Amino acid sequence: MSVTRKVLAAQLRNVARSRWILAYGLLLLGLTELLLRFGGSGERALLSLLNVVLLLLPLVSVVFGTLYVHNAREFIELLLAQPVSRGSLYLGLFGGLVLPLAGAFLLGVGVPLLLQGGGEPGYLRHCVLLLGAGVLLTLVFTAFALCVAVRLADRAWALGAALLVWLGCSLVYDGVILLVTTLFGAYPLEGPLLVLIFLNPVDLARVLLLLSFDISALLGYTGAVYERFFHGGVGSGLAVLMLLLCAAVPLALGARWFRRKDF
Amino acid sequence: MTASRVVLGQVRKRFGRLEVLRGIDDSIAPGRITALVGPNAAGKTTLIKLILGLVHPEPGSLIEVDGIAVNGDPSYRRRIGYMPQAACFPEHLTGRELLQLLTGLRGQREGLDEELLQRFRLAASLDRPVRTLSGGTRQKLNAVVAFLFRPSLLILDEPTAGLDPVAAGILKEKVLRAPGEGTTVLLTSHLMSEVEELAQDLRFLLDGSIAFRGTIAALLAESGEPRLERAMARLLEAAGR
Repeated sequence: MSVTRKVLAAQLRNVARSRWILAYGLLLLGLTELLLRFGGSGERALLSLLNVVLLLLPLVSVVFGTLYVHNAREFIELLLAQPVSRGSLYLGLFGGLVLPLAGAFLLGVGVPLLLQGGGEPGYLRHCVLLLGAGVLLTLVFTAFALCVAVRLADRAWALGAALLVWLGCSLVYDGVILLVTTLFGAYPLEGPLLVLIFLNPVDLARVLLLLSFDISALLGYTGAVYERFFHGGVGSGLAVLMLLLCAAVPLALGARWFRRKDF
Repeated sequence: MTASRVVLGQVRKRFGRLEVLRGIDDSIAPGRITALVGPNAAGKTTLIKLILGLVHPEPGSLIEVDGIAVNGDPSYRRRIGYMPQAACFPEHLTGRELLQLLTGLRGQREGLDEELLQRFRLAASLDRPVRTLSGGTRQKLNAVVAFLFRPSLLILDEPTAGLDPVAAGILKEKVLRAPGEGTTVLLTSHLMSEVEELAQDLRFLLDGSIAFRGTIAALLAESGEPRLERAMARLLEAAGR
């Protein structure tokens, strides 16, 4: 554990000083400010922000993570030549990526949100929910990044795969769901759709947040089903659990590959 | 610490269909300087990385450092100092932070060998981010790291590549003193003059097998050539290359 902590501390310094992390934080800060100033009342601004979070966070996490691990290849080799186990180094790498990325997000989005502090009831709850979902998405897509970077030794392939993961979760998956609903519109689809949504971290975060905003009517006729399912503590809890699982599975897979990898 | 012995038994490694090492049997004698030479893609770096546990051998291979089998337990690497071919450090860390990280990971803060740090006059560069250092300075830092923990086995992959003549001289002098301080040295180099200068023992690796094993003096005597470079060329010719 102490090895993980030491690697994490060094990674943290290294990543936090990277200009990309700073740029990411500033971009989020600028977008949040912009949306809060010109995006209407607190609730509506939060909704627009939600879309930014769902699109931008996975992209940045997966691409930055993949490239970072690839750039650190020689350094990882040097660390592995020390009396350090691969498992603890891997965890240190993961933590060293997640913490700065989540930190930039929390500061960039959280600070203006909380300073604005809309008067509506439930504003604070929505903010916390949004920030929480963002952190979970960062976890999930950094785990994907590690998985991809460890598996694919070629930089271009790894970057391509990272983009595919993002594209798949953010766009293609929704297209598939849309296709399914139109093709099988004559059947009761609530059950299968619920399952489909549970398998995509971006959808999970979206549904979780939209339902908390009390605009489930926007989700159409299946909205009622989700509402019933997610609105209770059990449904939300299950969604959070599922998001954590979406991070744990690629993380574990990546660890397995990392242990077997030839450097 | 006493100098380490490395034992290799039937060491094989393949990358996909490419057979990089075809059953290496060898023993690196403690307290001596052994040079690993051979043409490009002969398997030198792979062999080094196998000893370091960076690359996994095929089942049935035996690699031992001081009688400890290399099989995933990282603690044996406490004995090893490694200088990779290209120094590549996290670019936003300073040299000092890097050394702190490594001493922390090794859990060894006492009795460090900081001689190279002084002789390379690195003190002034230690507080600058690594990315602002020149390639040569980074390579010097790399050498400092390899010697820092007084290892009983020192593995140097092309140690003088990228160093200016003065720095290379300092490093070579340090390497030559290592056996007297209880360190076994295993190094690779493409510079035959450097090999002649530093090493006593030689391993000539060709297509994943050892084509010559012995002392440099023995190879010169055997081939009747006065220079190592010519003797090596003879070996290559004999192998039909």
